Amino acid sequence: MTDPNSLVQIKGLRDGLLVSLGNASWDDLRAALMEQIETRQSFFRGARVAIDVGGQIFHVNELSELRDTLSERGVNLWAVVSESPTTEKTAQLLGLATRISKPRPQEMTRPPAEAAGGEAAAMWIGRTLRSGTRIEFPGNIVVLGDVNPGAEVIADGSILVWGRVRGVAHAGANGDQSAVVCGLDLSAGQIRIAGAATIPPALRSPRRGSKVEVSERSGEVRPEKISLKDGILQMEPWQANQS
Amino acid sequence: MGAQVVTITSGKGGVGKTTAVANLAVALAADGARVVCIDGDIGLRNLDVVMGLENRIVYDVVDVIEGRCRLRQAMIRDKRLPELFLIPAAQTRDKSAVTPSDMVRLCNELRGEVDWVLIDSPAGIERGFKNSIAAADRVMVITNPEVSAVRDADRVIGILEAEEKGTPALILNRLNPVMVRQHDMLSAEDVLDLLAIKLIGIVPEDESVIVGTNRGNPVALDPKSRAGQAFRNIARRLSGDEVPFLDLEAGNGLWARLAKLGRK
Repeated sequence: MTDPNSLVQIKGLRDGLLVSLGNASWDDLRAALMEQIETRQSFFRGARVAIDVGGQIFHVNELSELRDTLSERGVNLWAVVSESPTTEKTAQLLGLATRISKPRPQEMTRPPAEAAGGEAAAMWIGRTLRSGTRIEFPGNIVVLGDVNPGAEVIADGSILVWGRVRGVAHAGANGDQSAVVCGLDLSAGQIRIAGAATIPPALRSPRRGSKVEVSERSGEVRPEKISLKDGILQMEPWQANQS
Repeated sequence: MGAQVVTITSGKGGVGKTTAVANLAVALAADGARVVCIDGDIGLRNLDVVMGLENRIVYDVVDVIEGRCRLRQAMIRDKRLPELFLIPAAQTRDKSAVTPSDMVRLCNELRGEVDWVLIDSPAGIERGFKNSIAAADRVMVITNPEVSAVRDADRVIGILEAEEKGTPALILNRLNPVMVRQHDMLSAEDVLDLLAIKLIGIVPEDESVIVGTNRGNPVALDPKSRAGQAFRNIARRLSGDEVPFLDLEAGNGLWARLAKLGRK
């Protein structure tokens, strides 16, 4: 196992390199990877690299450190593929892709909702998602905060936003028509469920008297749910006496 | 005590990063602090022009990093304030001449020499931006009250948070109270509602900024300029003072007169 070639496997993809890490401690793997890069500098210089880290769990500082170290050696890290939801979330928050164009073989066979733990599974995002962030999860997603313009939340299941949606929320991204999007204010976002998309103001009567929409500021808080009925997106306001 | 390294960045270009760096540097130095500003926009340098030091450049930041000169040789002393220095960007190289760890080393060397290191970040979120924030203890994001600038600021704040650089402070630049009152411009509240970070200052739109920029005389040195006052206040807040926000609606200036015209 100490042979670096067994810890770090490199193969070419259509648009870059895929580095697959074996089973060892991160320190060993990192050292093996760096050794490969140092000894084959001309091969790696300018390369676009995706890393499959298997089940390794990464936090922001480790992943950003790895990316910066690679970047200083002229290697551009663009994607991190992982089986760990923690690592996936970290990578997505840092703006790295988590899926490379070719799906992993086991992903093609497993039903996504089950892979994520079935109905019960949700990814918890305890912060506002700012422009440029893209969160994808093969189950449900809960956001405690806003989804700002330019941010995207994409779930195979449903999406609940305890805040305002002013970016894109796509529920049922895998085709599940029973998925819903709930939020405290959906009026300024773009909502998609399965294959249908809408801009919520289209779902309700125009607002009274507001001047030119100079402001991106949305109106008052009004909890809403959008679901798909007979192929059309419908919005229901949430009411206290509703069951 | 070592210097504080403060980076000013925005995402979008043209919102006033360089102007803000020049003015804050001048304001801090006028208060007696030792200040170095670094132009992080390698290949498109212009902090030297705004500070009026253009024709004094011999060595630049890339010369320091690549060891062609000593740090002191690349520090250009300001013509007005003896404790203010500029390390200019190289004009003939590109961003890849510098790495984030080069910037960390450079700033660590400066920490013992001065009180403040201000870094002027280039626009964008690529290499030059990464270089500029690598050594920062604090980051200030500057934006204009325009939807596109605010969107880019939001992106940059998101990156800073994801990189665990801490939440930056916000400078809102070129606010025009008359336009805000007529609902033709985003208000400070609109901007803060979206960005949800701490505001460190609002700089009113002021023609004297443009004049000062072109002449290489930052307006923070002009006691009569409203924008200059706003920059001086930001500098004091940066140093930890509690300074009340300027009343942009104050009844004694041009704004008030314009406002009256606007109401007729």
